[in-house]
Amino acid sequence: MSRPEHLAPPEIFYNEEEAKKYTQNSRIIDIQVQMSERAIELLVLPEDTPCHLLDIGCGSGLSGSVLEEQGHYWCGLDISNSMLDVARDREVEGDLIMSDMGQGCPFRAGIFDGAISISALQWLCNADKTSHNPVQRLHKFFTMLYACLSRSARAVFQFYPENSEQMELVTTQAMKAGFYGGMVIDYPNSAKAKKIFLVLMTGGNMPLPSALGTDENSQGVSYTAAREKAKKMRGKPLKKGRAWIIEKKERRQKQGKESRPNTKYTGRKRSGRF
Amino acid sequence: MKLITHNMLTSKCMKGVTVGYPLKIQAVDVKTTEVDFNPEFISRLIPKVDWNVLCSAAESIGYLEDLPKEVTENYENNVDFLKKAHRVLLEIDIINGELICPETGRKFPINNGIPNMLLNEDEV
Repeated sequence: MSRPEHLAPPEIFYNEEEAKKYTQNSRIIDIQVQMSERAIELLVLPEDTPCHLLDIGCGSGLSGSVLEEQGHYWCGLDISNSMLDVARDREVEGDLIMSDMGQGCPFRAGIFDGAISISALQWLCNADKTSHNPVQRLHKFFTMLYACLSRSARAVFQFYPENSEQMELVTTQAMKAGFYGGMVIDYPNSAKAKKIFLVLMTGGNMPLPSALGTDENSQGVSYTAAREKAKKMRGKPLKKGRAWIIEKKERRQKQGKESRPNTKYTGRKRSGRF
Repeated sequence: MKLITHNMLTSKCMKGVTVGYPLKIQAVDVKTTEVDFNPEFISRLIPKVDWNVLCSAAESIGYLEDLPKEVTENYENNVDFLKKAHRVLLEIDIINGELICPETGRKFPINNGIPNMLLNEDEV
């Protein structure tokens, strides 16, 4: 599968045609909305409090609309002019800024209650110009993001790392900037539903939220339980049990055949001495 | 671009700029839009806003109206004050114009309401 970041730099890849998909293709919209909802869940914002959030790589403002629905105010950054025009046409409530995340976040210190980013961070791992150095750009981005977040704020990035080296590169740069946190991988056993979130925290080390779809029940088909159930449904007790022996005896008695009376010893194992 | 964004935007991403705040506004086209009033959000926002910068920004584009020069005490319960703050922060929209870096004089164009903060390679 070709990765868009290999084809062209973001400001060129997301042209008018590509931007149109983000308003018309219902599948893209559904996935973006789902991921945004999950990212907001991972942000763990205080309940019923309108927050001031930053959306990095806001594109056409799909994730911003989800923020609006939940009563938050947001500000979006994106590098693609066409995507921002689409956002403008959709009349999103948030304010939009054209900016390159690799050049830093152009904000004053401590003003955002949190940041989300949907499918944008992988673009930073590529060098599209000779002057680009992914390590330096990630470093600048994370240090400036750390500065503009308030204490105890979180930043959640959903992204598509190409390989484990990219994941490590991104995490180390984030830790160097002062963030705590790590990766939360939802549905790690599914090729399609697998989603990778980088959850970063500013206010001290706290346990990471648990990922979805990792409990044992969902890993395979639990056939043993189903078989037990089917057996019971047939109405016969398990072979060699006391119930099975008593049932056999009853049947013989009904047929008029000889059988020993039921006692407390019925169906018991013989002791070793016999 | 709304004045709340201007209040938070800096040009410190540029090489050699230390503070880069506040950016000067040269507005060509300014529009006002109605936005739902959310008193809780505004009162949470006010401690983060640089009020002097907000006043001078509103004055420079001619929309100061009757905005108080200072944040009044006990503003959480002062609905009148919150409404004025809401009007200036969220309802005034600069459609076309320029933002000017106070240290280097670099101009950032605002087109169609979106400020272009992209820097050239030699400015990073």
